[in-house]
This record gives sequence, C-alpha cells and structure tokens, in this order.
Amino acid sequence: MSQIPRRSVLKGLAAAGAAIAVTEPALGAVQARGRGRRPEDVGLLYDSNRCIGCRACVTKCKEANDLPPDKVQINGADYNAPLDLSSTTKNIIRLAQDGDRAAFVKGGCMHCLDPACVNACMVSALTKIPGGIVAYTESLCVGDRYCQVACPFNIPKYEWSKALAPRMVKCELCRHRVEGPACAEVCPRQAIVTGKVNDLLAEARRRIAGDPKQYHAKVYGEDDAGGTQVLYLAPAAMPFDKLGLPDAGTEPVPELAQAIQHGIYKGFIAPVALYVALGFVVLRNRKGAAAKKEEGR
Amino acid sequence: MSTATATPVGGKLLTPFFKVMLVFWALGTAAGIVRFTQGLGAATAMSDGYPWGIWIAVDVVAGTALACGGYAIALLVYVFNKGQYHALVRPAILTSALGYSVAGVAIMFDVGRYWGLWKIPTYVHKWNLNSALLEVALCVMSYIVVLWIELSPAFMEKWKGGDNATLRRLSERFLPPVEKALPWIIALGLLLPTMHQSSLGSVWLLPATKLHRLWYTPWLPFLFLASVIPLGYAMVVVETTFSSRAFGRARETGMLGSLGGVTAGFVLVFLAVRFADLAWRGRLGLAFRLDRYSLLFLLETALFLGSAVALLRKKARTSVGTQLNAAFALIAAGLLYRIDTYIVAYNPGPGWSYFPAVGEILITIGLIATETMVYLFVVRKFPILAGASASRAGAA
Repeated sequence: MSQIPRRSVLKGLAAAGAAIAVTEPALGAVQARGRGRRPEDVGLLYDSNRCIGCRACVTKCKEANDLPPDKVQINGADYNAPLDLSSTTKNIIRLAQDGDRAAFVKGGCMHCLDPACVNACMVSALTKIPGGIVAYTESLCVGDRYCQVACPFNIPKYEWSKALAPRMVKCELCRHRVEGPACAEVCPRQAIVTGKVNDLLAEARRRIAGDPKQYHAKVYGEDDAGGTQVLYLAPAAMPFDKLGLPDAGTEPVPELAQAIQHGIYKGFIAPVALYVALGFVVLRNRKGAAAKKEEGR
Repeated sequence: MSTATATPVGGKLLTPFFKVMLVFWALGTAAGIVRFTQGLGAATAMSDGYPWGIWIAVDVVAGTALACGGYAIALLVYVFNKGQYHALVRPAILTSALGYSVAGVAIMFDVGRYWGLWKIPTYVHKWNLNSALLEVALCVMSYIVVLWIELSPAFMEKWKGGDNATLRRLSERFLPPVEKALPWIIALGLLLPTMHQSSLGSVWLLPATKLHRLWYTPWLPFLFLASVIPLGYAMVVVETTFSSRAFGRARETGMLGSLGGVTAGFVLVFLAVRFADLAWRGRLGLAFRLDRYSLLFLLETALFLGSAVALLRKKARTSVGTQLNAAFALIAAGLLYRIDTYIVAYNPGPGWSYFPAVGEILITIGLIATETMVYLFVVRKFPILAGASASRAGAA
C-alpha cells in the first residue's frame, strides 16, 4: 500500500474541491444580478382576481399558434378541452382550490429574465431575443430535453408521439403576430394584459393599491426566479403557492451553475494546463518505464 | 502499451452464453424499431414531467461511470507511475471504449432529433458555454474517439502480421505514429473523463428546485468525480476476476488488493465531503426521516462505507472473495447514487411519475448484450488480455 502515492491523490482531490469552495463564496460578490429588466422587454400581466375562467385565451392561443384541439370525448360527444400544458397547448387556465376557496390561474411560459432553459440548451435552440422573449429555433434543437429538466416551472413540452422531427413547444408571446399575444387580445376582463414589462409592473401595483383588500400585496415574478416577464396577481385569500406557483427564490436560477462552470472553465485555462501537465507526466513516466525495461535486459 | 504478455484468447465464439446475448440483442432491436417508427412516447414511459429516464440515467450516466476503469487504471499507471499494473491497462481501455460507445448509441435512441446530433460538435458559433450538458456531449464524443485510438495498437499489432494486405499496409503505416503520439493521447484520455464526469454532476446545478436536498449541493461536480474513480477500480476488479475465471488468465490478486486501499481513500473523501456539506447546510436531519429519500440515501452511504471498510481490512489484500464483494458493493453504491440523482431524487411536482417501460428496459438490456458480445469477440481475436494461455477458454 505504501508505494501508492495516496497523498498526491488526496492533494489532487483537495485542489478540485478548493476550486469549488472558492467559487461558492465568490457568488456573494456578483454585483449585477443576472440580465436585469430592460425597458424594451415585453410580457404579460395575469390577474387572478379578474379572471372568470372563460378560457377564451386558451382557445385563441390554439388558433393563433395553429395548434390542434385537445379532444376529450364525454357521452359520445367531442369537446376541445385542454386539461394541461402540452405539445398542443401553450396556455391553460386551471382552477386552484384551497379548502372552500377557489381561484383561476394561468399556466404558460414565464419568460424569465435569466431562464434556466436558455442556460441548459447546448446549441442555443432556446434564446432570449430582443424584447426578452424566450424563443425556440427548431432547426437547432437536437431534442435532448435538458430544457424540460432545468425549467423550474415545467414549461417546455415535447412532442412525444412524433417519430420524425419532434419539437419543443412553449409560449413565445406570439412573436409571429404583429398584434402581439393573442391571449391578451381576447380577454374580456383584462385579466391578461400585454405590454412593456415596466408598464405592466406599474399597472400591477396600481391594481393592488386600488383594492388592497382583494389583492395579495406581492407581484409574483417581480423578483421570483430572478424576475420574470410574465407577472401574476393573486387574490389576498389565495397566496401564490396555493395557485401552484413555486417558491423559486429571488436569485436568477442559473446563477450558481454559471459561477461554478465558469469558475472551473474560465478561459479554458485550467483544462489546458491540466492537459499539458498530464502529457508531460505521462511522457516522463513512459520513458522511465522503457529505460527500466532496457536495463533489465 | 507493452504487448509482451497480451495475447488473443482464441476459442469458440458461439457459446450458449453468447447465444443468450443474441436473443437479448434481437429483443432490443425490436423495441428499437418501435422507438424509431412510433416515437419516444410509444416506446418509453418518459413524459413532460420526467423527460429523462433510464436511457440517460443508466445507459449514459451509470454506463460511462462503469466505463471509467480505463480512466482509473491509466491514472494509476501513467500518472502515478505504477508500471506493475500495466497488464490491466488494455482490458480496461477495451471495456471503457465499449462502455462509452454504448452510451453514444444510447444517446441516439434518446434524443428526439438524433439526425441533428452532428450540429453539436460543428455549430461552434451556436455553442452555449453555460451548458454543462454541452461540455458533457463534446467531451464524451471526443473521449470515444480517444479510447479507440488508445486501443488501436492492439488491432494493428494483429493486422500487421495478418493475411489481409490492406490492413497490413494500414497498420504498418499508422502503428508507429500512433505509438509515438500515445502519451499525448493518453493525457487526453485522462483529461476528458475528469471534465465530463464532473460535469455530469454540474448538470443538476440548474434544476436546483426540483432535486431533493439530500442530493442537491454545489459540490455535485466534485462528488460525481470523486465517486467515479473508485467505481472505475471496482470495475477493473470485476473484469479481471471474470477474465481469469472465463479464460483461465492469471489474476493479479495482490495487485488488486493494494489498489483497494487507494479506492477506499477516494470513497472516504467522497463520504466526508458529502456529510460535511449536509451538516453545514443543516440538512443532515433529512437523512434520518426514514422516508423513501432518506432510506435510499442511507443505502447509498452503507454501500459506500461498507466497501471502503472491507477494502481497508488486511483480508482484502489476499482474498479474492473480499475484493469482489467490496467491488460489487461499490458498483451498487455508485450506480445508485447516479440513478437517484438523475431519476429518484428528481421531483417535477405533483401529478408526475416515472417507471421505465418494457421498451426502455429491452433496449437497455439489448445494448448491454451487444457490448458483451463485442467484448467477447475482441478478446478472443485480438491481443488484449495478459497472463497464461487460453487453456481453459470457452467457459463464457
């Protein structure tokens, strides 16, 4: 046992550990937290207090995005009744219940300021385009589905039944429509409104201030998951976790992963240095072994 | 690589065992046809909640970890200059090359748009350097190539003296430059697993909110790397025992025994970091709640600790049984840790569940069967294994 340089093995492990240990506290020093909200960013404001659950937005979204109906058959009759987000439904209205209280809640892409999915995607099939929309480019996608694993809101959906050219499907704020998001266009109660995120935030605060008894004081998405471009207002009696909106913290989700990855791979210096060092050690040891063999003869 | 002692095993290829493997291959192929004609939904239990199943967790993540025998042995022989273990290098590199190639094939089954995989190494302008998965993909692709180059002298040595003129000329042309470049190829073979095996842990830094707190930690890349090296040694122990039994080769029991000490050291560092981190974050209580997560965590820990303790005992120096048992415990521990991280400890929220479908299981078994058949073919035909001649060959 004594011939094996256990100490040098441990030294190597310690060095690798130190790299991580150094990166972690360094996070505290990161000044600008993530991308930040920009004046040109667009988004949605969803107001659960105003929503009556008519689902006009769900139907209009399908129409605007050319998505087939989610057929449900009841008593022999067909209904277009999407039950959840899927590869054919980018926008959904759910009923959230907590005891005898109930409220409607919209489901769909949050368009995070610092999206986990964009950070996950190997070849930038998901990117943040001008306006902050998280956009999907089919031609780049390889279908590894890491975006689905990474998203804290479980938003990207995959075409599981397609053998050829399955796509990732998610709300892209109707970026193909000049008129903007179809869901906001048809809402009869202004429960979904669209516009610049800064204006939406002001509108959200105005609604809370106008009726503080009805509204929860917090605007979900203002800081959640590092900030999102889709904002939520909840009834005072139904806090956000009861609506199914997770506690995703206030840090940009990808921050830690980025800091560690960049800490280790900064400028690719560490891997190159390690490679050169390994190369010389191997070279030296192989020469030594060859010389020993010669001597032995 | 020295070839003084490596010789082909020879013997009959189509043994009963080999025929069973052929059956598994056929079943896997049938399931593969369903997957490629009907889509992932028809052949697997994966869903929008659980987008990754056993093809990623077992075939790719656990599979490449088991295929790190070549990495572990090369580290020992070439970096820590333990030339006496040289006989273990070639068989370990072969199983590594096979294991990683199988992982590559598994990815073809798993990704939805497999025909576009060529874009990953070539679309440099689209590379997302924040993506741990990109790092894994590029490293694994390169490492597969590196492993086969590392192994190529074994093939060329045989072809050089063979009847086929083309192969003979090819070998005479390429064997000298490959031999000459080998140190730098070996160094690449050491660098790449260090990078991607840790990045397989980094992958889980992003879905932080969906990974159970007993597994989620910023130390994931370190823990994945620290646990893969002992796993590599454990595989070498198992492979050496297998080839000594099946092909009547000498088994380096003393050599493997002293390796056990190093292995135990790595395992103890892994456990120390994992527990210290949990304690520091005030999460140790989660380990003793005796729910599903806590029980799996405790099982992982018991297997890791048990194997380390067994390997540190004096008996492990001489006893094949002790070495083998410790190796199996270690393999179980490492695999469980990876499968837990990639599937069990992942929770996308209420309403979702995952258990592998028959199609997924058949394809996984089919891939392992294919790997086994190629291994048997190569060691019988090419100079891979060292030791006594194949007097008892034919058992497998």
